Amino acid sequence: MDLEEKQLIKMQVRDGFIAGSPIVVGYLPIAIAYGVLAKQAGMTLMELTGMSLLVYAGAAQFMGAGMIGLGVSALEIIIATFVLNFRHFVMSLSFINQIKHYARKWKFGLSLGLTDETFSVSSIYKKQENQAYGYFFYGTIMLTSYLSWVLGSFLGGMLGDIIPQNLSQSMGVALYAMFIGLLIPSIRKYKRIAVISIAAMLINYIVSPYIGDGWGIVVGTVLGAFIGIFVLEEEKI
Amino acid sequence: MMIWVIIIGMALVTVIPRIIPAFIVDFIQFPDWVNKWLQAIPYAALGALIFPGIMTVIPDQPYIGVVAGIVAILLAWLRIHVIFVVLSAILTVFLLTI
Repeated sequence: MDLEEKQLIKMQVRDGFIAGSPIVVGYLPIAIAYGVLAKQAGMTLMELTGMSLLVYAGAAQFMGAGMIGLGVSALEIIIATFVLNFRHFVMSLSFINQIKHYARKWKFGLSLGLTDETFSVSSIYKKQENQAYGYFFYGTIMLTSYLSWVLGSFLGGMLGDIIPQNLSQSMGVALYAMFIGLLIPSIRKYKRIAVISIAAMLINYIVSPYIGDGWGIVVGTVLGAFIGIFVLEEEKI
Repeated sequence: MMIWVIIIGMALVTVIPRIIPAFIVDFIQFPDWVNKWLQAIPYAALGALIFPGIMTVIPDQPYIGVVAGIVAILLAWLRIHVIFVVLSAILTVFLLTI
């Protein structure tokens, strides 16, 4: 590998790190809170960190730890997790279709790291998909997010609540603000996108009280994007 | 022991839906409208992830999340980098909850 290639890879890794930094800011306090809760639910440090390493899904882990604490059966917990995380299938399908031309190993590796947050960042940063070594950009986003989640869980389980309560409560808005910060520039460029997002919001708001948060996001996303088929113009996306 | 069974079960039902697309997109040629639908998914997902979830930031005071969200919208509209949008929203909630 010559110097220029190394330089390109380095640049993609650096850009990935910058693009992923809001996820790290959002994940750390939530992961710490998860570690604290899981400890209180009676899980050992190894179990709660292991759950972050293997499951790597925030909301599902909060739910799982809570249900373990309540003594709910394994089967119920696993089914509830499936329902809550099924939205990642829809997101993965969209992201993998975006990077269709990548080698199978990259598609596989990147799909392993897919969460609400890594999906959102990766699918909004589209220009890297056709750049040389763009997969290093996406890979860096996936890896830094994963590591911050695992590290935060471990810290929470080991040290307890190390972030003052009112600060960690305030940091709960971080990921929502990141979603907004990703969405608005797209809408600014192409206003019709707002129709899709607002439709998805309203659909989720209307249906989630009946079918739960997990399915609410799935239905909102799937139907909201359907509206996109009619409002988006081919050449502008 | 039971906890590890739960963890592994949760891991499997989470990872399988995540990775299936990596193995199927090579074999399926989607019609145009499906491609368009898939391209619209990020914007729909962002909408569904933002609202109504943002109202639960401070569960008993839903307006605080909404105010922080409006601050984030304004700053993002002014082309402020996303990391500062995030920090400003955190600061907004912090100030409103003192």
